[in-house]
Amino acid sequence: MAIFIDKDTRIIVQGFTGKIGSFHAQEMIAYGSNVVGGITPGKGGQTHLGRPVFNTVKEAVQQAGAEASIVFVPPAYAADSIMEAAEAGIKFCVSITDGIPTQDMMKVKIFLSKFPKEKRMVLTGPNCAGTISPGKSMLGIMPGHIYMPGNVGIVGRSGTLGYEAADQMKALGIGVSTSVGIGGDPINGSSHRDILEKFEQDPDTKVVMMIGEIGGPQEVEAGMFAKAHMSKPVVAYIAGLTAPKGRRMGHAGAIISSTGESAAEKVEMLKELGVTIAPTPAAMGETIAKVLAKL
Amino acid sequence: MDIHEYQAKQLLSEYGVKIAAGGLAYSPEDAVQRAREIGGHVWVVKAQIHSGARGKAGGIKVCKTHDEVSEAAEALLGKRLVTHQTGPAGKQCLRLYVEAGTDIAKELYFSLLIDRTHERIVMVGSAQGGMEIEELAENNPDAIKKIYIEPAVGLQDFQARKMAFALGLNADLVPQAVKLIQGCYRAMRELDANMVEINPLVITGHDELVALDAKMGFDDNALFRRQKISELRDKTQEDPREMAAADRGLSYVGLDGDIGCMINGAGLAMATMDMIKLAGGEPANFLDVGGGASAERTEKAFRMVLQDKNVKAMLVNIFAGINRCDWIAEGVVHAVKKIDMQVPLIVRLSGTNVEEGRKIIKDSGLPIIMAETLAEAAEKAVQARNEVVAGRYQPPASRDTITSL
Repeated sequence: MAIFIDKDTRIIVQGFTGKIGSFHAQEMIAYGSNVVGGITPGKGGQTHLGRPVFNTVKEAVQQAGAEASIVFVPPAYAADSIMEAAEAGIKFCVSITDGIPTQDMMKVKIFLSKFPKEKRMVLTGPNCAGTISPGKSMLGIMPGHIYMPGNVGIVGRSGTLGYEAADQMKALGIGVSTSVGIGGDPINGSSHRDILEKFEQDPDTKVVMMIGEIGGPQEVEAGMFAKAHMSKPVVAYIAGLTAPKGRRMGHAGAIISSTGESAAEKVEMLKELGVTIAPTPAAMGETIAKVLAKL
Repeated sequence: MDIHEYQAKQLLSEYGVKIAAGGLAYSPEDAVQRAREIGGHVWVVKAQIHSGARGKAGGIKVCKTHDEVSEAAEALLGKRLVTHQTGPAGKQCLRLYVEAGTDIAKELYFSLLIDRTHERIVMVGSAQGGMEIEELAENNPDAIKKIYIEPAVGLQDFQARKMAFALGLNADLVPQAVKLIQGCYRAMRELDANMVEINPLVITGHDELVALDAKMGFDDNALFRRQKISELRDKTQEDPREMAAADRGLSYVGLDGDIGCMINGAGLAMATMDMIKLAGGEPANFLDVGGGASAERTEKAFRMVLQDKNVKAMLVNIFAGINRCDWIAEGVVHAVKKIDMQVPLIVRLSGTNVEEGRKIIKDSGLPIIMAETLAEAAEKAVQARNEVVAGRYQPPASRDTITSL
């Protein structure tokens, strides 16, 4: 089992019958992901893409044994769908939805924290590309073919920059154990640190590539975790060297609003914590290759 | 989304925050009229721009006569004020807020923010007001009190009292402070604000707590359910290019460099800009065209980038995931044919159907410089830009010229 999903992981799609949900469900099925159905309240009992539609997540868990979910529900209703998944007993949830209000995410995080740890759903995203364990399962919207199976774990905020990293690695013959998108919002379900913890415990992962960006304290917290608790090397790249202070760079969370949030400051702090820095975004693959060669 | 001081004050006063008497003015005559309505002998004429530090930029004038009010208004209206928050272009002042002068005994700092580490609202206060909190945090971090608020139960009175005592308030002012703090918190929650800042919060000579300045910022993601707040948007305070981009569903940030960029994905966009910088250039903009870059969208994005007359070369970097490189290549070829490009164009495609995409660009016969890797793309863009600056670049004959021949 990779860190979150495997060939057999039973997946449901929340927002299954919508245009976006349908499109990506088909892509996931084509990749080989075990999609067992989907949720669209009011359309329960119908069949879509040859799979059952359920009214509630609870029904999908009870009747189809759903374990993981992916959320394509529009921003106004996404927080509600995530909480429904958590309550129904889903173990791993990816929220693709971009544009969820920050206070809704605060509510979601509190809701999740009320579950005892062993029953608590792991949420990644919102506003992310999802998670893929190459050759096993894809729970996301990424182009599956650019990932080669291997031993490098990737965690990042950005979708396309994560693709860039995987692509650079593939060109050097380096594969990926699991790639996790944590999303570009100010409050995410899982942080860089949370994912590093999973990779540290994962026998399939030897090195981790962490792709961060300006804004928030997460990358440095992850660096502190790596220094204190990790035996595996971590390579990091922080995007946004040229980003001016106080301007939002596309992602809701990509804004330098206080000290320590710029790319240069994060890089300095990560270096001090013993994290290997990829000096440019074009050098992510070769930096990983160098670190792997030393193992 | 940001709003003006007068708007923030109106909103907060509905939640029980005390403010001085004041009114909005669009002309010197308006301003004098407002001063008459307010009465008294001292008025403050305040430039309404979306920026802090207005005082240092000369945007706040204390007046003792109606003539002075008129003169202050005359001087401020239409003026561009430059603060460290506005950038060198500054922001134009088109509205004034005329307020009764306040008898200040002491200045304090108070704000509510969303703390990304703790994922909850934090209340921040200091007995030393007036200064910017960043400055205070650097010079005297111990003077700042922070109290985190549990989202499930909300702000409790004891927490507000704790803050009031930390601000050094006398016991008889504490009930007022609790009311003000609770009001700000309710405003933040009910209006989906991501910050409320009162700096300075003042104690007057009559022992009243008054918000002398007020700033509120709102979560763009929540505006769909806050119609009243959306209506407070003042487009004159925002970069017109960014507004135009947002209307077209593109995410654009104008910068000072001269290499224009069009990229899919915010992270890859930032990384590409970093790469340009590392190759010795400066990016002219951030532009994320998003996932579904159709031909129409691509053309809009090209126009957006080339609208900036500083642009001396343009770099397109697309990693096709859900997209396909051949579709994007067709969009680029279509855009270049439709737009009269006067600067060199560098294109790097990667991901799904990359070979087909490159072939389409090559076969188009257009003078597009292709790059295979991110590093190569940035180097070629900087090189091309340098050629333009050195006067060695010959733009292709424009269609107008061809027709006139």
